[in-house]
Amino acid sequence: MLKAIGKQLYVLWSQVVTLALVFTHLFKKKDTVEYPDVMPYMFPRWRGRIILTRDPDGEERCVACNLCAVACPVDCIALQKTEDENGRWYPEFFRINFSRCIMCGFCEEACPTHAIQLTPDFEMAEYVRQDMVWEKQHLLISGTGKYHDYNFYKIAGKAIGGKGKGEARNELPPVDRRSLLP
Amino acid sequence: MFEFVVGSPLNIAFVLGVVLVSAAMLIWVERRFLGFFSERLGPNRVGPFGILQSLADVGKLITKEDWTPPFADKPSFIIAPIIIPVAMLLSFAVVPLAPGVGVMDLNIGLLWVFAMAGLGAYSAMLGGLASNNKFSLLGGLRAAGQMISYEVFMGISILGVVILGDSFNLREIVEAQRDGWFIVPQFVGFVVFLIAGLAETKRWPFDLAEGESEIISGYNTEYSGMKFGLFFVGEYIGMFLLSALIPVLFFGGWLAPFGWEIGPPIVSGLIWMTIKTSFWILFFILVRAALVRPRYDQLMNYGWLVMLPLSLINLLITGAVVLYQGS
Repeated sequence: MLKAIGKQLYVLWSQVVTLALVFTHLFKKKDTVEYPDVMPYMFPRWRGRIILTRDPDGEERCVACNLCAVACPVDCIALQKTEDENGRWYPEFFRINFSRCIMCGFCEEACPTHAIQLTPDFEMAEYVRQDMVWEKQHLLISGTGKYHDYNFYKIAGKAIGGKGKGEARNELPPVDRRSLLP
Repeated sequence: MFEFVVGSPLNIAFVLGVVLVSAAMLIWVERRFLGFFSERLGPNRVGPFGILQSLADVGKLITKEDWTPPFADKPSFIIAPIIIPVAMLLSFAVVPLAPGVGVMDLNIGLLWVFAMAGLGAYSAMLGGLASNNKFSLLGGLRAAGQMISYEVFMGISILGVVILGDSFNLREIVEAQRDGWFIVPQFVGFVVFLIAGLAETKRWPFDLAEGESEIISGYNTEYSGMKFGLFFVGEYIGMFLLSALIPVLFFGGWLAPFGWEIGPPIVSGLIWMTIKTSFWILFFILVRAALVRPRYDQLMNYGWLVMLPLSLINLLITGAVVLYQGS
């Protein structure tokens, strides 16, 4: 009997303690960020709006290898390869359907040339669904994005207009295999 | 200068306006304070400090589709949400807000409040039954069981106050507290009344009739638009009623503590009544923010095995002491 009464008193007391604890939260600093008035700090590696970047020379980085389209789990990337007169590949069109995109960042990881990158911008709401489909002219920016020095054609061994074999950065001139014969 | 007489048209309009406006504002106040208690800001976009949030909510509810499910029992489905605000408003008629301010000066005021609050149970019951939906039915069953069992000792718990005040008239009960509030001799009765009142208004933590994590939304699952809004408003009027009844019964109603009168009796009474009522409203919001919902068997056990004996013992001791002092 006494034990039961004690238990009930304890139950009631624990409720009172809970009330007191929650009441102290009235005077604590609020966590809310009043978003449209106060912009939250977005971390540089936040996975938001997708961009296509250019190399330091101002050329398109994208080589239309299709790896991003393959890596994309929701198949929201579509592109078509074409070539310029120097034999340099670039996408004829590059289309991202942002109404399907889940901002997973797999395309950025798959990209061999740092062309496709995700940015901290997240304000992409549209009133018309068709406006969610972004073409290459919307995606392409004039800067280099997160990697300022990287230039794929200056590093890759491929001979391209104005740059022959062995002229890339950190690359030795080609070896004549016959000279290595014993 | 107006002569304030209980029951004059001006008086009725004043009380009705105060109750309806406060019930509407409570929606905003509650959301704001729930936000504060969980370290958020709450709704602060509509108007200064978000004060017009209730208007926006009402606008939303009115413009929503008011859908009656084809499988529901139409007459009772429509009547159910009307009962609760009407019953709660009617019980407000006897609540004394200040000397001379009120709708009715009824000799059986307390019984009237309980009769009307008892009618409120039909709202949830009919709503759950008429919806013809198993979750609504469960909610309605829970509401009926909970409200009927907690009403039993809610009534018994305030009999101590009636003995001490020697009247069922709420105004006379308030006047009887001039020498000392009833919270001191009737502390147990007060605790029982508080808990039973929470269960009676189906507010947290006793909102098992809604129990959104178990039975969707309980008895109002099938309701939409302003029919749902009526349930909602009725619940807030009930909370306001409870917050006004607790000061009247236990905290001296309009009487100023320590004789801190402010101006003429009516003004002072209104101010003190407002302060006391606001305190209890904030307390109920705090309870909602802090406490968790019990299981239904725990609720019933607590009611019948703890609260009922407690209120009976309280009544017994109060009666014994009053008889001893009288002899």
